[in-house]
Amino acid sequence: MKLTKRRREALVGYLLILPWIIGFVLFMAYPLYFSFYMSFNKVLITPYGIETHYLGWSNYKDAFLTDPEFSQKLFLFLKSNVLMIPIVIVFSLFVALLINQPIRGRGIFRAIFFLPVIITSGEVVQELFSQGAATIPLIEKYGIVTMLQDNLSPAWADPIVGVINQFILILWYSGVQILIFLAGLQKVNTQVYEAASIDGASPWVIFWKITLPEVKPFILVNLIYTTIDLFTNGFSDVIKLIQDNMFKTDTGFGYASALAWIYFAVIFVMLLIIVLFFRNKERGVPAARR
Amino acid sequence: MRESTIVKEKPWQSENVREKTRRGLARSKSLLLGRKGNDGLIPKIIIYVLLVSIGFIYLYPLLYMVSQSFKSLDDLLDPTVAWIPRSLDWDNYVKAWHVLNYMDTLGSSLLNSVLPAIAQTVSCAIVGYGFAKYRFPGKTFLFGVMLLTFIVPKQVIMIPMFLLFKEYGMLETPLPFIVPSLFAQGLRGALFILIYYQFFRTIPVALEEAAQIDGAGTLKTFFRIILPISMPSIVVVFLFSMVWHWNETYLASLYLGNAMTTLPLELKTFNDSFKAMYTGTSKLTDVNESIRMAGTLLIVLPLLILYLFAQKRFTQVIDKTGLTGE
Repeated sequence: MKLTKRRREALVGYLLILPWIIGFVLFMAYPLYFSFYMSFNKVLITPYGIETHYLGWSNYKDAFLTDPEFSQKLFLFLKSNVLMIPIVIVFSLFVALLINQPIRGRGIFRAIFFLPVIITSGEVVQELFSQGAATIPLIEKYGIVTMLQDNLSPAWADPIVGVINQFILILWYSGVQILIFLAGLQKVNTQVYEAASIDGASPWVIFWKITLPEVKPFILVNLIYTTIDLFTNGFSDVIKLIQDNMFKTDTGFGYASALAWIYFAVIFVMLLIIVLFFRNKERGVPAARR
Repeated sequence: MRESTIVKEKPWQSENVREKTRRGLARSKSLLLGRKGNDGLIPKIIIYVLLVSIGFIYLYPLLYMVSQSFKSLDDLLDPTVAWIPRSLDWDNYVKAWHVLNYMDTLGSSLLNSVLPAIAQTVSCAIVGYGFAKYRFPGKTFLFGVMLLTFIVPKQVIMIPMFLLFKEYGMLETPLPFIVPSLFAQGLRGALFILIYYQFFRTIPVALEEAAQIDGAGTLKTFFRIILPISMPSIVVVFLFSMVWHWNETYLASLYLGNAMTTLPLELKTFNDSFKAMYTGTSKLTDVNESIRMAGTLLIVLPLLILYLFAQKRFTQVIDKTGLTGE
């Protein structure tokens, strides 16, 4: 049998990605299907195996109607994340711009700023947090927190205060994002900058007219990454709730799966909103891109 | 006559001075504000001040940890001792070392992070190569599916995975981390495939064609030609994979149960283990902040050492890998 060059190439290609296909079926598609199935059932682990009783939508209904904690925790979590994500993005872009400057000791600064990439262990960070190593003493001293609480309605003051209290934490979640922005910034052709500054553009103008449009795709990448990172790390109260429900006898795997799927749906919708919002913006300013 | 020359000289002189100061001002202005971009003194100073202060915020928890961990109980309770303890109290470390059962726990931590990291580094490279360099029907679709798997939270698939591993008797061993990693899945596998994909695409096709003309097969080309020049991306993937596996406590506690424990997991039960070990009725032997901080430092220490060695490579590598795509 003679293989054409094209066929041969396709065959080798399939062989190379075969491990992923197997892995996908075993460790992604099947678990996804199974957890979806469980979410519609009451799952009992018996000595004889897994027993399921079909419940229909009742797990999902319970999550919103009878569970006293779930919807409240989900809402709170969403609110704090909506505040946190833009801060992480702006901050990491800012830091990436700083360390992209031709400065002395660049290596040292980079090493420091990438440190969070290494130590972002939920447990360790939480430990530091509980010991008070993760708040900036200065902010408390100047009474910013009380000022906010006096001037804003509690509905908005509380999340903002929460963000301030977790400021170091936010910085510590920006490690990978800084990396991604830095990689993006380094792809910008330096000649463009030179040309702009010869034409008399100030650094401020250069940032808005050249740098920002160039890193725009990376902003989207970072938005997606940050959303996923924040939603799936162990800090999330919702995730703790899901885990608790797994081993409770009256709820069990079925109910926990339903909660996990609702959570997944929320993440998905959130990402969809981000992508759509981004697309619209892009179309709004056609001159800025290319 | 003389007077008049003096009088005449004066305005000339002052003109000279004025000219000089004007030039001087212009020079200092360009020195301070810069003629173009950010090469002036003031922007420079602002940049350094910002970098140093942000850097301090990053280092603050670490410094705090180090300072606190060396404090004896007296120093800890003494409000006049802020940063530098009166004496270095190594006793905290000795206690934390024993409470963590350090060498054993370190061993199982390494087992649960290095092995899956190696598996992921290899398998994701192969898959990334397939996606980057070969054309086959349905590639775009499969690639899209691959990217989509990145957004699936592990909480959704965790329960069935747990049951699956239980069925095959893989619980309480590192296998639940290693086996999916072998198939380019596991923690953030999609991200690693993407990193490789981006990198391999920058390698010119001519290189592989030359190897093929010289009679090298696909595998030989991949292992002998492609991998050696892909060191930057290999380092990044391995480092990330290892760090993320090391820090994974959520799945680790689920899969490993009570049979194995990792360093970050031990932190959770630190207080209880401490009490079990040093059952003291007196307050003096009770667990305190310093001991906990010493324990925390011991837990991040292996990563810090790794980072110290890999850091230079790591930060340089980012320039070359093109970590993300357009």
